[in-house]
Amino acid sequence: MSRLNDANEVLAKEIIARYPKPRSAIIPLLHVSQQQNGYITHEAIAHIAELVGATSAEVLGTCTFYEMFKMHPVGKYLINICSTMSCALMGAEQLIEHAEHKLGIKVGGTTPDGLFTLERAECQAACTEAPCLQANYRYRYRVTHEQLDRFLDDLAEGLLDGEIPPHGVLAQVRQSIPVDRAVGAVPPDDVEGAPRWMAT
Amino acid sequence: MSSYPWAPGFIDDAHRPRIVTSRFQYEDGYTLERYLATGGYAGLRSALSRTSAQVLDEVKAATVLGRGGAGFPAGTKWGLTPAGVWPRYLVVNGDESEPGTYKDRLLMERDPHQLIEGCLIACYAAGLSQCFLYIRGEMALAQERVATALNEAYAAGYIGRSILGSHFSVDIVLHWGAGAYVVGEETALIESLEGNRGMPRLKPPYFPAAVGLYGKPTIVNNVETLANLPWLLTHSAAEYTAIGTETSPGTRMVAVSGHVRRPGVYEIINGTTTFRDLLYGDEFCQGIRGGRQLKAFVPGGGSAPWFLPDQLDLPFEAKVVSAAGSMLGSGAVIVMDETTDIPAAALTLTRFYAHESCGKCVPCREGATWLERILERVVAGRGTARDLDQLLEVGATICPGAFPHASSAGQGIEAVPFPYRMTTICFVGPSAYVPVHSALTLFRDEFEARLIKRKLIPVSAGVADDHG
Repeated sequence: MSRLNDANEVLAKEIIARYPKPRSAIIPLLHVSQQQNGYITHEAIAHIAELVGATSAEVLGTCTFYEMFKMHPVGKYLINICSTMSCALMGAEQLIEHAEHKLGIKVGGTTPDGLFTLERAECQAACTEAPCLQANYRYRYRVTHEQLDRFLDDLAEGLLDGEIPPHGVLAQVRQSIPVDRAVGAVPPDDVEGAPRWMAT
Repeated sequence: MSSYPWAPGFIDDAHRPRIVTSRFQYEDGYTLERYLATGGYAGLRSALSRTSAQVLDEVKAATVLGRGGAGFPAGTKWGLTPAGVWPRYLVVNGDESEPGTYKDRLLMERDPHQLIEGCLIACYAAGLSQCFLYIRGEMALAQERVATALNEAYAAGYIGRSILGSHFSVDIVLHWGAGAYVVGEETALIESLEGNRGMPRLKPPYFPAAVGLYGKPTIVNNVETLANLPWLLTHSAAEYTAIGTETSPGTRMVAVSGHVRRPGVYEIINGTTTFRDLLYGDEFCQGIRGGRQLKAFVPGGGSAPWFLPDQLDLPFEAKVVSAAGSMLGSGAVIVMDETTDIPAAALTLTRFYAHESCGKCVPCREGATWLERILERVVAGRGTARDLDQLLEVGATICPGAFPHASSAGQGIEAVPFPYRMTTICFVGPSAYVPVHSALTLFRDEFEARLIKRKLIPVSAGVADDHG
């Protein structure tokens, strides 16, 4: 039941076709599945394995290596507060403590209403805008304690629904390669000789 | 704050050459319309009017140094592909996650077409028949902007079959990462792109240019490196090398974070700009916050050994910086003022690398964790003098022999030049040791002051002969 739905299976096949080898699509497909369910289910892993011609164990092995894939439900909003050096120098630890207090949970926990999961994150490439955080991978910069309070309130009240989709929805725009423009992926061992423009 | 609200952190109020950030001033700099109105895709047209070999020569002549960390010249890297072996791939490293580094994300969010054009030029020059643009998973906006730009560029005939009516055909595939720092290492990036756990490959072979994606020759280039190419092809290698120095031509983006008045991302002149210019110059960071004193700074991202005020006058020149005991890395300067708790600051970096260790090499998997635990104990005031020695002993199992560090005139410490020797496949393990070693070498007194203070706490009133 948590396999990819029909629309996502079509999308999955489109993504797989872009790669010279189907297994390269494992990570993108895990994202598709997390977008559908909010987290990764074992049924989805089995389905992805079928689609790319791998075993479930191989897909699970890949899945568990990467921080973003959650094997259990998390809050609607995943709040990642950066605590690496640049943010730490600008008060990240105090911000995390404040968030714990405000949400009534510890880092790693989820609020009882299922709205928020709080995580301590590593460097988010916004070091000049410290301390920074991400809610479902959308940034907030130079966050003061008051701004954090207001931000969490706004999220809870649904005021930011347009900007910040629920956990699992990553990019809201997808690449789509037009059939009449695509060169098409070729299995690496089927390629013979130099590409045409190198020969001329 | 930024000069422009839509480009967080980017500061541009000086008259310096703009090679890669020229469109950040436009709010709509990420659209095809703006890109074309500002000379976009002219570099591609210029490339297509020449042979691949001529384009490759132009890039080689410009010495476009890699901006990802290692600083290897792009043209030379492209030339390492073995003759007659096909297909060859391009993998774009957009997995920016080195502590302190913030530039590739801006380039992807603010000027995605420039990156796409750079990819096309590289593919044309080096005969790469498919390009994979690997973007860090946590960067949702960059994903969206690059996806939109790719869709626009396909529709307009800049990507895909018979580009601009030529024999040149290439697909660019947007690939999403999913959160793993180590994937920034090029062989781990390739493993990840093959659908595997992102663990670095055993070396040799040292260069994916020989054996890479699916075992085929693969060029892995950083986002900023490729973003230089459209300018280079619309101008020339001669104009490119006229900026900067002979060994460090052009510009480079540098993010300065931490305790400065104006933290931000700057496009600086390579080779000649000094750390003092950057930290204290009016057009840059304008000094330390609150007029305080500088204590130390990280010159090239979390993996770089720390510098002291002694090193402020060094320029952004790789050879000079490595002789002084560190590296320029990924263009990231992290500044610590006099109020900084040095052991605690070192811990934030060591914790990062311990957390990001992929677990493949024992010295890193075990050593980084040990370093983190011992350092945590010391920072918490529960460390012993033995712990300080043990930090160095554990570090020596990851990096045997002399370890690079800066000089300190005040303390009579001489520099040990970069690089180090290592017992691991990649740089994550050594990087966990870098902050520990720098902090302990240059600020040992701060660690000693933290050691546990033993106080006699009798268990009972008992004494030896009190058995009556």
